[in-house]
Amino acid sequence: MIQLIDIQKTYGSLRALDSVSLTVREGSIHALLGENGAGKSTLMKILSGFLPRTSGRILLSGRDEDLGSPEKALAAGIGMLYQEPMDFPQLTVLDNLMIGRSHGFFLQKKHILLDFLKISDELGFCLDPDLPLRRLTLGERQQLEIVRLMSLGVRVLILDEPTTGITDVQKSALFTCLSRLRELGKSVILVSHKLEDVASLCDDATVLRQGKVSGHFSAPFQSMDLLRCMFPESQSPVPSDHHEPGNPFFFLDDVMASDGRVSLKPLSLRICSGEVLGLAGLEGSGQELFLRVAAGLEPLRSGSITLDDFCLSGRPFREFSSRGVAFVPGSRMEDGLISGLTLAEHVALNRSGGSLFFNKKHALDRTRQAIRDFWIKAKPDSTVDSLSGGNQQRFLLSLLPDNPRLLLLENPTRGLDHDSTLAVWTILLDRCRTSGTALVFSSPELDEILQFADRILVFFQGELILDGLCRDLDRDAIGSAVAGMRKSF
Amino acid sequence: MTLSVSRVSRFLNSPGLSLCLVVFSVIAFVSAVLALSGVAPLETFRLLVQGSLGSSVYLGHVLKTFIPLTLCSMGLVYTFRIGLWNIGIEGQIIAGALGGFAFFRLFDTWIAFPLALAGSFVAGAFLALMSGLLKTRFGVHEIFAGLGLNFVAQGFTLWLIFGPWKRPGIASMSGTDPIADVFFLSEKGPFALSTFAIVLVVVVFFLSWVLIRQTLIGLKLHASGTNPTASRLLGLRPSLSLLFALTVCGGLAGLAGFFQVTGVYHRLIPSISSGYGYLAILVVLLSRYDIRFVPLISFFFSCLNVGSIQLPMILQIDSSLSGVIQGLVVLFFLLVKSMKDRSVQNQVSNREVSDE
Repeated sequence: MIQLIDIQKTYGSLRALDSVSLTVREGSIHALLGENGAGKSTLMKILSGFLPRTSGRILLSGRDEDLGSPEKALAAGIGMLYQEPMDFPQLTVLDNLMIGRSHGFFLQKKHILLDFLKISDELGFCLDPDLPLRRLTLGERQQLEIVRLMSLGVRVLILDEPTTGITDVQKSALFTCLSRLRELGKSVILVSHKLEDVASLCDDATVLRQGKVSGHFSAPFQSMDLLRCMFPESQSPVPSDHHEPGNPFFFLDDVMASDGRVSLKPLSLRICSGEVLGLAGLEGSGQELFLRVAAGLEPLRSGSITLDDFCLSGRPFREFSSRGVAFVPGSRMEDGLISGLTLAEHVALNRSGGSLFFNKKHALDRTRQAIRDFWIKAKPDSTVDSLSGGNQQRFLLSLLPDNPRLLLLENPTRGLDHDSTLAVWTILLDRCRTSGTALVFSSPELDEILQFADRILVFFQGELILDGLCRDLDRDAIGSAVAGMRKSF
Repeated sequence: MTLSVSRVSRFLNSPGLSLCLVVFSVIAFVSAVLALSGVAPLETFRLLVQGSLGSSVYLGHVLKTFIPLTLCSMGLVYTFRIGLWNIGIEGQIIAGALGGFAFFRLFDTWIAFPLALAGSFVAGAFLALMSGLLKTRFGVHEIFAGLGLNFVAQGFTLWLIFGPWKRPGIASMSGTDPIADVFFLSEKGPFALSTFAIVLVVVVFFLSWVLIRQTLIGLKLHASGTNPTASRLLGLRPSLSLLFALTVCGGLAGLAGFFQVTGVYHRLIPSISSGYGYLAILVVLLSRYDIRFVPLISFFFSCLNVGSIQLPMILQIDSSLSGVIQGLVVLFFLLVKSMKDRSVQNQVSNREVSDE
């Protein structure tokens, strides 16, 4: 039995986990749910020894455990199965099993092989030990990893989003395996987004929200209970007065694209000028890919993109940009700003075209103007690295062209505090109202979308499954769509 | 207490101390090795200085090395600024030499000279552009492309020297027939050096200084090299900047090759590039990619090269000592720099911890 008591994890002033306590019983499957950023991965990394906790206790069978490193956690019987199994594709199945085990100088191949066959049999798996690993599917690699962990004596198995990317057949094999493990007295912690899977399989569930425990459940429970706990009714946000949108000008027809992790199913959409669209959905459902496709940063597999009468499909990003499509990336320092350069240098480079010379004074003046207009706390010769997240975001916004037709923003208020968030939204909405710019933004916070957007688009596994006006939809309907439950509407 | 600590740490962080540390370490290390080999270290250093700066003849030799080395180094400042390792520069020198020499064989009149000059630039730039296109179109790393093309250029030169351009009757490693006397760069004045060559280097230096430090070009190169994704969003074209940097570098290397043909060897030889390309990489590393320090460091390296020529005759030690010293200078420089960076990191993280 594992008990986590008052686990805290702070990074400077940021509280990633705030007094999280939970108990996992022996011989049970315990689900850990929550949106991205809720703290699930942090908690599991602490449990599996990858991160040190700031404070709190972890007890295994009543004994306080240190779990200061992955080796110590493994020695205590805790093993983690990652979404992308960390294995060695060039080696065979059996070789993969042998790695990381301490044996003497000589390999004990036969012993390990017997062990492998015994455990595979117990769990209902069928794997060929001599196959090179790269010939296995993701589901099979997962199975191998479970066998490996079991052979190392793991008694607590943590699975991080195990059902992403495996076939239905493999999913049932996995679930059968997990039930078998439960019968054998092991503890299983399942980190997942898939509420229906959780409801059907798990004995207990804990929901995390913004680093705190939001609710505990014991079977039997319904997906809707979990949903309401993940997206609780907060104080109704004051909806800003939504203007009537103008004429449609941006059209996507049967657009398909893929970025290797998620594929967009054929999507058709029209955007009107002055409209504010919020994109909702669990992480990796396709919102970010959609934004990049609309910005011209990601190529289309099929379909077309039209702005006014002009066909933009297949054109380079420069052309999207020159026609008034502006994009603001979610990772400010990685994708949007250049480390080591000052604000003035960014301003000088911004849309400088082919020009050679730059008027230093002119650039400084423009930078000072931007600092004033966007309330940026910095000097023109400060490097962007030295700015806080909120200031970086406002600076990024200041670099946008004056009157874009379409503004695409990836999670614009990520990591910002309340005041910075309000400042950013004031700037953005002002743009919209005065110049008829259409705004499309993604956000993990339903509150933010309901407060600022006219229209909401919900994505699930690459498919646009809901497109409606915010004022016409209720929270439950939206929440269900986010979790991929189609039955509710 | 805190005041004196900060003063000490400021001194420790000054570039002056780093330089002293590097120089001291190199001298100490080399002296130790020489002493262990039974050679007087002081005498060796004296000969190095005297053999490079001791007379106008020696100084002329130093400048003959300085010119191609500085041209290459200035070119590399462009490519390093955008984050490229243009190992292919050695081949670009060779290409420039070939390009120039070809025109000297084709034409007898004065027109050959400007054509050869232009041809050298274009040939060097062309080879560099090949590396660039391999990178932008096919993602081939410039180190592999550069090395590969170096071999190509070298092989092509050998074929020309032993084949179509061979000396009538004797095909030999000593190279081709010389170019016509009229095309030799003049060796006038106390240093036996052509004013044309010196003027060329000075002009390129000032042009590059202005381009890199005063115009948007330098900034675009730096931005594209640091973060091509963000650069694209700002409206820049990192691929074009990359090709530009390589073209300029290749062109300047080509001019170095031109100088080797007209000013030094007066013909085409197999080792026409003399390793100046690789040496230029060391020069630019030491100058911390700042064009202002390039001529100084290039001069220092040239002195070492020339000064070590008489070492075998007088002290019976190999002239490759100059290469050893050059390599050590760079190694110790990098070592001292990384120690300094590490201590700065520690200071920053100590401050972070105390903030919490």
